[in-house]
Amino acid sequence: MLKIENLTANVGDKQILKGISLSVNPGEVHAIMGPNGSGKSTLAQVIAGHPGYEVTGGTVTYEGQDLLDMDAEVRAQQGIFLAFQYPVEIPGVSNAYFLRAAYNEIRKARGEEEVDPMEFLDVMTERLKIVEMGDDMLQRSVNFGFSGGEKKRNEIFQMAVLEPKLAILDETDSGLDIDALRIVAEGVNKLKRPDRSTIVVTHYQRLLNYIVPDFVHVLAQGRIVRSGGKDLALELEERGYDWLLETAGASA
Amino acid sequence: MSSSIESLVNKEYQYGFVTDVESDAIPPGLSEETVRLISARKREPEWLLDWRLKAFRRWQAMTEPRWPNVKYKTIDYQAQTYYSAPRSVKPLQSLEEVDPELLKTYEKLGISLNEQKRLSGVAVDAIFDSVSVGTTMKAELKKHGVIFCSFGEAVLEHPELVQRYLGSVVPYSDNYFAALNSAVFSDGSFVYIPKGVRCPLELSTYFRINAADTGQFERTLIVADEGAYVSYLEGCTAPKRSTNQLHAAVVEIVSLDNAQVKYSTVQNWYAGDKDGVGGIYNFVTKRGKAFTNSKISWTQVETGSAITWKYPSVILQGDNSVGEFYSVAVVNNYQQADTGTKMIHIGKNTKSTIISKGISAGHGQNSYRGQVKVLGKASGARNYTQCDSMLIGNQCGAHTFPYIEIANNTATLEHEASTSKIGEDQIFYCKQRGLNTEHAISLIVAGFCKEVFKELPMEFALEAQQLLGVSLEGSVG
Repeated sequence: MLKIENLTANVGDKQILKGISLSVNPGEVHAIMGPNGSGKSTLAQVIAGHPGYEVTGGTVTYEGQDLLDMDAEVRAQQGIFLAFQYPVEIPGVSNAYFLRAAYNEIRKARGEEEVDPMEFLDVMTERLKIVEMGDDMLQRSVNFGFSGGEKKRNEIFQMAVLEPKLAILDETDSGLDIDALRIVAEGVNKLKRPDRSTIVVTHYQRLLNYIVPDFVHVLAQGRIVRSGGKDLALELEERGYDWLLETAGASA
Repeated sequence: MSSSIESLVNKEYQYGFVTDVESDAIPPGLSEETVRLISARKREPEWLLDWRLKAFRRWQAMTEPRWPNVKYKTIDYQAQTYYSAPRSVKPLQSLEEVDPELLKTYEKLGISLNEQKRLSGVAVDAIFDSVSVGTTMKAELKKHGVIFCSFGEAVLEHPELVQRYLGSVVPYSDNYFAALNSAVFSDGSFVYIPKGVRCPLELSTYFRINAADTGQFERTLIVADEGAYVSYLEGCTAPKRSTNQLHAAVVEIVSLDNAQVKYSTVQNWYAGDKDGVGGIYNFVTKRGKAFTNSKISWTQVETGSAITWKYPSVILQGDNSVGEFYSVAVVNNYQQADTGTKMIHIGKNTKSTIISKGISAGHGQNSYRGQVKVLGKASGARNYTQCDSMLIGNQCGAHTFPYIEIANNTATLEHEASTSKIGEDQIFYCKQRGLNTEHAISLIVAGFCKEVFKELPMEFALEAQQLLGVSLEGSVG
C-alpha cells in the first residue's frame, strides 16, 4: 500500500529526515516511536503533503502511484488521513458542515454522488458513538473552544466518517487522560479492517497497549534505527531510547 | 506565503462588460448650470431645484475630507459627467416599455426584470447610470399601500412625502460628498411603508454604472411609518475601466415609532485590476433615524470599489430605539476601505450593536472607523462592539479607529477586537481533509463572517458567500 524508499526531507536548510525506508501492507498497523526531535511528526506531515517540508530525495509510492507528485488534497481524496497532533481551529464553521464538505470531496474524487445533509447526518450520528461523543458536537465550530481531549476525539471521529485507507495518527495520545486514551484507541480498533492500514506515531508505549502494532520502528536523528515486532515497544518502555541512540551514533 | 496557496489565479470580474446604448448626457463639468440642467431633465419642482442649489453653494465652500485612511489622486470634479441616461428610458415608463438591450444587461447581471421569472418575494428597482429603468412588482406592493419607485418618480408623484423627509436625516450640509450628492443626485429608490404595514416583499435596488467618466450620485430615501416593517437590499456593479469613477450616494432612512427597517448591501463595484488601476471611488453617506421603540439594522458586504468610504449610521433619537451594524469588508490587490458606523444615542434605554469583520488580502488596506456617542440624556444606553480583522498574506493592513464619547454615566459599553491571520496550518488542515486551497479559504472566511451573513436575507446570503470567494481568489501569495 505504502512504500517509502530512502526518503530525505528538509525544513528550510535543516535536514530532518535522512533516508527513511518503510513498507506498509494492507491491514497492517505500524508504530513509529522515537525520542523528541527524531523526525516522527515530520514523517507523518511529509506523507500527508504539508507544504512546510521540502522533500529532497527518495520516493514514496502509494497504491502504485507517486505520492510525492500529488497535492495534499488529492492524497486525502485517495484515502490518506492524518490525525493531527495539534488539530486546527476553524471558528464559525460547524463540524457537520466541514465534514460534509470533506466527505463530498472524497466521494467526488471517486466519481460518486454527493450526499445531502440529511443522509449525512445519519452517517455522522452513527460514527459519533465510536468516540462516545454527543451530537452537540456536530454544531460546534471545528475544534474551536475544544479541550485537548475533545480535539483528539474529534480527529478520530473525522477518521471514522471519512474511512481512510491509510490512517496516520500523529501523537494522538499526547495530552489524553487514561479514559480518553481508551476511547480514542478503541475507536481506532473498531475501524480496523483487512484493507486498511494504520501508522501510529507515538512517543510512549502506553497507546500501544490498546492499539497493538504489527511492527514497531524506532526513529532517531532522521533514520529508522531499529524495527521489530510489538515486543520492541515493551523493550523501549523498559530501557528508554538511549541505548538505541548510542548504537545509531556509532553506525553514523 | 508558501507555494501551495500561491498557485491560485485571479478570476476575472464577471460584471465588467459595457452595454452599448445611446446616452443622453449632460457635458462634463460642474456649475450651477449643471445643477439646473439635471433638475430640468428630471422635470423637478422649484423647491427641489432650490434645495439642490443651496447644497451646491454649500459644497463650493467645503473642502474634500482628508482624514480617511485612504490615498488617492485628487478628483477633478470638472472632468466628471454628472448625468447620463440611456435615450430609450422615458420618465414614468412601464416595464413593458423597457429597452430590450437594458433588460438583457440586467439578465446578464443575474437580475430579471421579468416579473414572472423573478425570485418570488422580491421587488426590484433597476438603476442604470443616472436613471431608473424600471421597478417590478409595483402593483402587488400598491395593494398594501407600499410605495416603491424611483426617486425621480417619487418627486413627481409623491412630492409631499419627499419634501417632508428629504434631508431630514442627512442634511445637504452634512459633509462634502453628501453636499455634492444633494446638488447633483440623479436617481435612486424611494420607499414608503404605511402605518402598521409589514412589507410583503423584499425590496431591492440594483445599481449599475455603465457610461464612462460618469459619476453616479444616487439618492435613496426609505420611510417606514409607525409600526411598519421593511427589508431592503441593494446591489451594485460597474464595467471594468482603467479610469476611476466616482460614486457618491446618500441613503436616508426614517424609522418612525415602533417601525423596523433592515437595510442590506452587497457592494461589488469594479475594484480596479490587480495592479490597482481603475475602479470605483465609493464615497457614501448612509444614515437612519430611529424614533421611539423602533429599530434600524444595517448589514453590508463590501467586496468591490477601489476605495470605500462609508459609515452607515443610526441616530437613536427615540427612547428604546435599537441600532445595528453588521459589516464584512474585503480588500484585495490595491483596494482601500475606510468603513464603519456611528451610533448616536440620544433617547433613553437605546441599544446598539456593531459587528465588523474586515478581511485584508494582497496589498489591501482595511480600516474600521466607528463612533459610539452617548448624549447626556441617554440614560441606560448600551452598546456592544465587536471588531475583528483577518489578514491573508503579509502585504496587507488592518487598522481600527474606534471613537467613544460618553456623556451619561449610566451607559454600558463593551468593545472587543481581534486580529487573526489565515494560517498555512488552517489551510493545510482543510486540504488534508480533501478540500482544495480555494475551497479552504472560502470556508475559513465564511466561518469568520458567519455572524454577519446570518443577518442577510436568505436569498442573498449564499450569493454574498460566493462573492466573497471570488473576490479573494488570487489573494494569497
